[in-house]
Amino acid sequence: MNKFLVAAFASLLLAGCSGNWGWYVVNPMTDSGFLNLKFLLSGLYYTILLSVTAISFSIVFGLVIALPGLARNRYLRGINRFYVELVRAVPILVLILWVYYGMPQLAGLSIGVFWAGVIALALSDSAFEAEIFRAGIQSVDRGQYEAAHTISLNYADTMRFVILPQAIRRVLPALGNQLVYMLKMSSLVSVIGMQELTRKANELVVTEYRPLEVYTILVLEYLVLILIVSAGVRWLERRMQPDQRT
Amino acid sequence: MPSGGARPIIQIDNVSKHFGDFQALKDVSLDVTLGERVVVCGPSGSGKSTLIRCINGLEQHQSGSIRVDGVTLDHSAGSLKSIKVKVGMVFQQFNLFPHLTVLENLVLGPTRARGMAKADARDLATRYLERVRIPEQANKYPANLSGGQQQRVAIARALCMEPSIMLFDEPTSALDPEMINEVLEVMTELATSGMTMICVTHETGFARRVADKMVFMDQGEIVEAADPDKFFTAPDSQRCRDFLDKILHH
Repeated sequence: MNKFLVAAFASLLLAGCSGNWGWYVVNPMTDSGFLNLKFLLSGLYYTILLSVTAISFSIVFGLVIALPGLARNRYLRGINRFYVELVRAVPILVLILWVYYGMPQLAGLSIGVFWAGVIALALSDSAFEAEIFRAGIQSVDRGQYEAAHTISLNYADTMRFVILPQAIRRVLPALGNQLVYMLKMSSLVSVIGMQELTRKANELVVTEYRPLEVYTILVLEYLVLILIVSAGVRWLERRMQPDQRT
Repeated sequence: MPSGGARPIIQIDNVSKHFGDFQALKDVSLDVTLGERVVVCGPSGSGKSTLIRCINGLEQHQSGSIRVDGVTLDHSAGSLKSIKVKVGMVFQQFNLFPHLTVLENLVLGPTRARGMAKADARDLATRYLERVRIPEQANKYPANLSGGQQQRVAIARALCMEPSIMLFDEPTSALDPEMINEVLEVMTELATSGMTMICVTHETGFARRVADKMVFMDQGEIVEAADPDKFFTAPDSQRCRDFLDKILHH
């Protein structure tokens, strides 16, 4: 993977020698290039913080939404359906605009860019998390519930100790997917002024007029970030797979 | 052998159960006294499993009554809770928790449902693992055990709840032949210790050895209930004779 990255980067640099590239804007050997590069990388902080915060909320929220979806009571299932269908139908960008510009009018309170971003991303992702959890929980064999019943576990303990550990293991690849998706979608929060990677790049483009180089760096920033996350998820998958097979 | 005046611990009275249009149990009545060992047999789909699953509330019966140790099972949370703790169950497919080690499987019920301290629960679990003769497997995961070992762990897990009644739902049907005996030995030992047991099984050797009462079910009804001597030599009903012919001379 690393070799691949180096090759991709090198070929871009080489291309820069021949044509319209102007790598000087981010050349770390010059003072201005170094500052520009530092400026671009400084967006990492909010991109990571925003994504991690949002996915933490959306996982908890998704689980809370998934559980009524598994109930026998059809009204409880209806609540789950309604939420999932509604939230899933709103584009993330629209939700970001609505939460940041619309909601303060509705609720009479203003929220900062960061929390607006977190709320919008978490809400929108929670509907997908809910479906992932529902699928995972449904994939656990009925016999597991029955065994929990016969050793007198209540609902909460059955979920916590028996069902969810097995369900989460099975949906880990899907959760990893969502985390990657979240990292990418956090770029949309730049439209309301969040100082994350994409916003920083946009600002630099405006002052330096070198969109090709700056956005190429932006692409690489997301690429590296997401490759690291993917490796982390795979590591977690391996770790959580002890000798379990019925 | 329990005498005629022994205390009834399970009283099943005219119980019926439907799955949609299919009637799984038709007015079934059965009394089990304290310490009694009942073996239930019958062709598949005859309602044997459904019957014992009704006793601990895994299935809900629609009419008739089930009393376990004086508590009527009416599917209120309270009655179900007090009955569940008295009744242990062993399944055909073991149903061990695959993500937990053997010891963790055993400790979960005592700590979470009986409020035992971790250390006490571990001692208890170790005792029962010795009783089912696999103390050395305590830290393995179920997938690393043979079928027979898994089923013995499942028995130990049920015993850790210290139930007064044990239900066995075809405990040896999913096992390779060479592993059936190790499970039956543990069950026989349990029977000798005075545990009240209802076993759904076609292991006739085991039935002859331990059963106080044999029950034959067909099409959701109890067709024959008799002591093993009479049951295996001179059953009253033709259906039971036909069935015994099939399982004894296969």
